[in-house]
Amino acid sequence: MALKIVKGSIDRMFDKNLQDLVRGIRNHKEDEAKYISTCIDEIKQELKQDNIAVKANAVCKLTYLQMLGYDVSWAAFNIVEVMSSSKFTYKRIGYLAASQCFHEGTDVIMLTTNQIRKDLSSPNQYDTGVALTGLSCFVTPDLARDLANDIMTLMSHTKPYIRKKAVLIMYKVFLKYPESLRPAFPRLKEKLEDPDPGVQSAAVNVICELARRNPKNYLSLAPLFFKLMTSSTNNWVLIKIIKLFGALTPLEPRLGKKLIEPLTNLIHSTSAMSLLYECVNTVIAVLISLSSGMPNHSASIQLCVQKLRILIEDSDQNLKYLGLLAMSKILKTHPKSVQSHKDLILQCLDDKDESIRLRALDLLYGMVSKKNLMEIVKKLMLHVDKAEGTTYRDELLTKIIDICSQSNYQYITNFEWYISILVELTRLEGTRHGHLIASQMLDVAIRVKAIRAFAVAQMATLLDNAHLLTGNTQRNGICEVLYAAAWICGEFAEHLEDPMLTLEAMLRPKVATLPGHIQAVYVQNAAKLFATVLQKHEGETDSQAAQETSQLLIDRLPLFVQSANLEVQERASCILQLVKYIQKLQQKNVEVAEEVTALFAGELNPVAPKAQKKVPIPEGLDLDAWINEPPSESESEDEKPKAVFAKEEPKHSRSRHTEVDEKELARRREARKQEQANNPFYIKASPSSQKVYDAPGVEHIPVVQIDLSVPLKVPGMPMSDQYVKLEEERRQKEKADKKKKEKKKKREKRGKGRKGDSGPESEEDITPAHHVDIVTEEMPENALPSDDDDKDPNDPHKALDIDLDKPLADSEKLPVRTHRPEVLKSPAEDRDDNTIPQETKKKSSKDKKEKKKDKEKDRKRSKEDKKKKKKHKDVEEELPESLPEEVVQSEETKEASDLDFWLSSAPVPPVAQVVTVSSSAAAATVDSSSAAAAESEPEELKDTEPDDTKSSKHKKKKQKKEKEEKEKKKKKRHHHHHHHHSDAGAEDSVQNGTVEDEEPLPPMSNYSLLAENSYIKMVCDIQGNHQDESKVVVSVIFENKSDSFLKSMEFNVLDSLNSKLQRPDGAGPHDGLTVPFQLPPGVSNEARFVFSVQSIVMPQKLKGTLTFIVKTDESSTHEKLDFKLHFTCTSYLITTPCYSDAYAKLLESGDLKGSSLRLEGVNMPFHHLLARICFHHHFSVVERIDSCASMYSRSIQGHHVCLLVKSSDQTVSIDAKCDEPSLLGNVLDEIKQTFSKC
Amino acid sequence: MIKAILIFNNHGKPRLSKFYEHYTEDTEQQIIRETFHLVSKRDENVCNFLEGGLLIGGSDNKLIYRHYATLYFVFCVDSSESELGILDLIQVFVETLDKCFENVCELDLIFHMDKVHNILAEMVMGGMVLETNMSEIITQAEAQSKMEKSEICAFLSLCRPLSFSVPDRTGRRRPGLLELQHAPYRPSRT
Repeated sequence: MALKIVKGSIDRMFDKNLQDLVRGIRNHKEDEAKYISTCIDEIKQELKQDNIAVKANAVCKLTYLQMLGYDVSWAAFNIVEVMSSSKFTYKRIGYLAASQCFHEGTDVIMLTTNQIRKDLSSPNQYDTGVALTGLSCFVTPDLARDLANDIMTLMSHTKPYIRKKAVLIMYKVFLKYPESLRPAFPRLKEKLEDPDPGVQSAAVNVICELARRNPKNYLSLAPLFFKLMTSSTNNWVLIKIIKLFGALTPLEPRLGKKLIEPLTNLIHSTSAMSLLYECVNTVIAVLISLSSGMPNHSASIQLCVQKLRILIEDSDQNLKYLGLLAMSKILKTHPKSVQSHKDLILQCLDDKDESIRLRALDLLYGMVSKKNLMEIVKKLMLHVDKAEGTTYRDELLTKIIDICSQSNYQYITNFEWYISILVELTRLEGTRHGHLIASQMLDVAIRVKAIRAFAVAQMATLLDNAHLLTGNTQRNGICEVLYAAAWICGEFAEHLEDPMLTLEAMLRPKVATLPGHIQAVYVQNAAKLFATVLQKHEGETDSQAAQETSQLLIDRLPLFVQSANLEVQERASCILQLVKYIQKLQQKNVEVAEEVTALFAGELNPVAPKAQKKVPIPEGLDLDAWINEPPSESESEDEKPKAVFAKEEPKHSRSRHTEVDEKELARRREARKQEQANNPFYIKASPSSQKVYDAPGVEHIPVVQIDLSVPLKVPGMPMSDQYVKLEEERRQKEKADKKKKEKKKKREKRGKGRKGDSGPESEEDITPAHHVDIVTEEMPENALPSDDDDKDPNDPHKALDIDLDKPLADSEKLPVRTHRPEVLKSPAEDRDDNTIPQETKKKSSKDKKEKKKDKEKDRKRSKEDKKKKKKHKDVEEELPESLPEEVVQSEETKEASDLDFWLSSAPVPPVAQVVTVSSSAAAATVDSSSAAAAESEPEELKDTEPDDTKSSKHKKKKQKKEKEEKEKKKKKRHHHHHHHHSDAGAEDSVQNGTVEDEEPLPPMSNYSLLAENSYIKMVCDIQGNHQDESKVVVSVIFENKSDSFLKSMEFNVLDSLNSKLQRPDGAGPHDGLTVPFQLPPGVSNEARFVFSVQSIVMPQKLKGTLTFIVKTDESSTHEKLDFKLHFTCTSYLITTPCYSDAYAKLLESGDLKGSSLRLEGVNMPFHHLLARICFHHHFSVVERIDSCASMYSRSIQGHHVCLLVKSSDQTVSIDAKCDEPSLLGNVLDEIKQTFSKC
Repeated sequence: MIKAILIFNNHGKPRLSKFYEHYTEDTEQQIIRETFHLVSKRDENVCNFLEGGLLIGGSDNKLIYRHYATLYFVFCVDSSESELGILDLIQVFVETLDKCFENVCELDLIFHMDKVHNILAEMVMGGMVLETNMSEIITQAEAQSKMEKSEICAFLSLCRPLSFSVPDRTGRRRPGLLELQHAPYRPSRT
C-alpha cells in the first residue's frame, strides 16, 4: 500500500502540472492545437489512474483548457471523483472544475447530491465554503430541492463565513426551486439584522435581487430597509438599499415622500461618488413616482439636476457618462429642468468618447421642441458629415429620424424640410439604415397629404439620380430608399410633372442590378405611371406620345421578364402582356386610359400596428369550438380492410382520441391563427351588432390646398438649409403679421397702456407652414387595448412572484431527507391547515412522493402556486366558516395599517419608529392586497373588489375612471398637504362626496358619516359580498380627532332578526367586537365588519355603540359613541357587467316588473349622471346612445336590476325593471335621494 | 447580478473567464473575442462603460471594464449593480491580487489561474458580490492556501512546493499591474 502511494507520487513527479502545461503551450505557439491534443491524451491517461492526486492534477489542467475553449464535459465523472476526495486541496480543484463546466444538462450532477450534502455539513468551514461556492454555479432544480433544507440550516451557522455564503446562495435556490422561497424567507429577513456586516450585506443583496423582479411582494419590508439605510455606514449595503427603494417607490408614492429627506441628506453629506450617484438616481425615481409638481419637490429636482451637471462637467469620463444617463431619466418627467442645460448636452455631442456622445444623443430626443428642432437637427447633420465610424453615424441617423418622427411628427412644422433632410440622408454611404429612411419617406408621403406633391417631385429626382445612390456596391443598404421613391412616384403619379421622364428613369437597364424586391416595386409602379401617362394623353388628337410610352415599356420590360427573381419576373410578364394588348387597342384608336387607370384605383390607408390582433372576438363566437367534428382515427381505421373489430372498438378509441387531442388541438389552433394572420385575404371578423360610430376615414379629412412658398422643383439635390431659412423667414413674417394685427386691434380698442414686445416666442405661437393632416392609422372598431405582449413567459423570476406574507402551511415545509419519504404526512396533519385548497395539497404531497419531476411539472407547480395565492385572496374575501372572519379581516387591516402608519406618520420620534418597525417585522408581513390597499384610497379598493368577475374591457374602463378620480383626489390632497397627512383621505373624500364640481368627473366617495363626537369620527361604506349571497361588508374608518390616545375600541351592534353582525365563534350574541388597532392623535384607520342578512328587499337600520378608552398623560376615561348603521338597498347591489344581447334577452323574458322615476332639475352632464349612478348605486352601463343609456346591476342574491336612463334638458327619466318590485322601489328611492342631494 | 467576469490581455488572450450563466465553450470563446474587440479599440481616457448588451442577456446589461498595464478586467453586469461600485470592486480585486501575489503581473495570472479563481470566489459568488473588504478576502484566501500546504506536506514531502508567486526567470523587476493607479470612487469602507 505504502509502496503504491510512493509509486503514485513518483509518477506524479513526472506528470505535467498546470504550470508545465501553460509553459508548454507558450512554447508551442506554432502548433498549439496539436500540442494541446497530445496533452489531452496524457490527461486521459492520468484520469485512468487510481491515484487521486494524479486525477486532481489532470482535472486542474482541464479547467485551464476549458478556459481556452476546449470541451471537457467528457471528464465530468472524473471531476465528481475529485470533488469527493477527502482532501481539501483536491476537493477544491474538483469543485472549481465543476463550477466551470457543469450545467443543468450535465447528467452526472445527480450523483453529487449526497457528496455535496456531506461537504455542507463538514466540520471544516472551508469544505462547506467550497461546496457552497461550487453549488452556486451549477445548482439544478433537483439539487435545489434536495439541498434547500441543508442550506437553510447553514444560514444560522455559527461562523459568519458560512452564513454569508449560505444566505447568498439562497437566491440561486429560489430561482431553481421557487417553493423554497416562502419557508426560507423569515430566516432570510432575520439575516438583515445579522451582527456580521458581511452576512447582512449578503441578505440585502439577495432581497434586493428578489425585490427588483417582484417589488410589490417586498413593500412590507420598507420600514426595515429604511432603518438599515439610516443606520448603516457600509456604502455597498447603502447602495443596494437605495437601489431597492428606487424599485419600490413607483408602487408606493408615500414611501417616496418619506425617502426624500434622508436621501437629500446623504447627497449633501457623502463623499463617495458611487453613493451620491445612486442617491440621485433614487430621488429621481421618487420624483417620477410623485410626478406632480409639489412645491418642495422642485427643490429636489433642482438639487438632482445641479449635482448631475457637476458630474457631467467633471473631467472623469465615467462620471460624465453616468450624469448623462441619470439626466435622461429626469428628462421623461421633468423635461423643462433638463432643457435648461442644453448647452452642456450639445457640448457632449463633440466629446471624443463615443459612449458619451450616444448618451447625449439620447437626451436630445427629449429636448426638441417645435422651435429648436430644425436647429438641433442641423447640428446633428453636421456631425453626420464629420463622423468617421459607420456605427456612430448610423446611430446619428436613427436618432435624427427618431427625434423628428417622435409622437406622430409633433415637432415638425415644415414637412418639406423633413423630406429634404431624408433626401440628404440618402447621401450617406454604406449605412445600414436605408430601410429606415425609406419607411419614413413612405410614412410621411402617405400620411401627410399636403406634402405629396413635394415628396413626389423629390422622389422623382432621386429616381433620376439613382446611379448616385447605388454606386458600385450591391450591398449598399441605401438603395432601399429607391423602393420608397418608386412606390411614391407610382402611387401618387398624378402629382408628377413629367411622368414620362420618371417612367424612363425607372426602366433603365441599370435597375436590373438592384435587389429583387426593389425591382418588383419598380415594375409594378412603372405600370401605374404608364396608366397616368395614358390618361394624360387621352383625348389628344395625336396619340403619338401614348404609343411611344407603350413602345418604351414593350422595349424595356423583357429585361425584367428574364429576372431571376420570381416576383419581378411574374409582375413583368403580366404587365408586358397587358401593355402589348393595350398597344393593339391603341393602334385601333380605342380609348383605354379609363380602364387602365381603374386597375390602380383606390387609396391605400395606413393600418395601425397590431390592428388585426386587437379586433375583439365578437360575442358568441367560440374560436375553440369545432366547426365540424374532427374525423376520428377510428373512422379512418374503419375504412381499412381490418373492419372485423370495428364493432367493439369505436367507442373506446374515440374517447381516447379526444383526450389525446387536447395538445394537438392547441397546436392546430395556433397554426391556424398563424396562417390567418399571414393571409391578407382572410376575412377579418367584423365587429357585430355594436353601433358604428363615425370612424375617422380618409374621406372625412379635409384636403387643404397648400400654398407653396417654395418652388416645387429644386435643381439638383435639395438642401434642407434652404428650408430652415425659409421657415425662419416665414415665422418672422407670421410674427410680424400677428403684431400688426394686435396693433390694429389695440388701435381699434384704443388700449390704455401700450405693452412692449410680446416677449420670446412661445411654443404655441409657431404654426405649421401649412395645415397638415396627419392621416391616423386605422384601427378596427372596438379595438381591445392589448398590452399583454411585453411580458416574457419564460422569465425565471415569474415563478418567484410569491406572496411572502401568508402564514406557512405544513405542506410547504422544505423536504427533509428521510428514509421513507412516502409517509411524509398523515392525513390528520392535513386537516389542520385549512388555508390551502384541498387539491393543491394533494398535488404537492404527491409531488414529494415522486421526488423526481421534470421541468414542465415545475412550471406547473409554480403556476399552481400563483393559483394558490389567488385562492388565498379569495379565501379572505369569502370568509370560510372555519375561521373567525373578523380576525382574518382585522389582522389584514392591522398589518396594512402598520405599513400605513409607518408611511403616513411624518417625522416620528426615533423611539416610536423603532416600535413600529419591530412590530411590523414580527407580524408576518403585509399581504400584497393590503399593500395595494395602502397604496390606493380605501374606497377605490372597495370598488375594485367586486370587479373580479368582470370582463377585462369593463375593468379597463372602470380603472380609467378610477384613475381620473384618483388623480383628481391627489391634486386635492396636495392642497391640503401641510395640515393633512396622506392616509386620512377619509375626511377629504367625505367632503368630496358632497361637494359639487364642474367638468370632468367630480371626485366621488361612498363613505358617509356614521357618527362623530369630540374624540372620534366614524365614516362607513357598505358593500355586498359578491361571493356570498347573505353577507355584507361594512368598512368603517375611525379618525381620532382628539389630542389623546384612543384604545380598547369595541364595536357593537344590536342585531335585528334580519341582519346580524358576524361574531367570532364562541362569542355571545351581544358581545362587541374589538377594533384591531389603537389610534394615536390625529390618525385614522379602517376596520371591516361582516354582517349577515336574510332579506335584502328592504333597507335596514341597526343601532350600535362604539366604546373606547381615551388615554391622556394623567388619566384615562371610558367614552362611548352611539351610531345608526343604515343598510340601503343599494348596498346589496354589486356592479356586474352585462352584454347588450344578454340584456335584451333579459328584458324580453318578461320575468321583470317595471317601475319608473322622473327627476327634475338635474343640472349635470349626462356622463356625470351615469357615473354617479354607477358609482353610488353599483350599476354598470350596458350601452349608451347619445343621452340615453341602459344600465344593469345585480343584487347579492341574484336579482337583476335594469335601468333605462334618458335625459333631456334637466329632466331625467328612469325606467326600471327588476324581478323584485320592492327592492326596485327602494333602489329608485335611493337614486332619487342621491340626486336630490346635489 | 454579475453575468460574467473576464480577464484577457492586450492581445485578447484569455487569462480568466468566469461565466455565471451557462454557455457552450464555443459561445464563451465568441463572447471573449467580441468583448475584446469592443474594449480594445477604446482609447485610454474614455469612460469605462460599454453598452454591448448583445453578447450576454438583453439590453439591460453593461460591460464595465478597467485596463491595468497589459490586462483588461471586464465585468458584465445587469442594471441591479451600481456602475461605480463595480469599478471599485475591480480595483479591490486587483489590489487583492497584488497583495496575494506580491506585485502582481500578467505572468502570475497565466500560471496560477486556479488561485485567481479561488480569490475571486471569496469576492463574488454565483454572480453576486460576496465580500468587498480586502483584508477579509485575503485572510480567507490565505487560510485556505495554508490548509492546502499543510495537507500536501503531510501527505507528500516529496511534492514540489507550491509557491504563491513564480520567480521571474529574467530576474528583471516586473512591471506590476497596479502601477497605473485608478482613483477609487469609494473613499472609505467600514
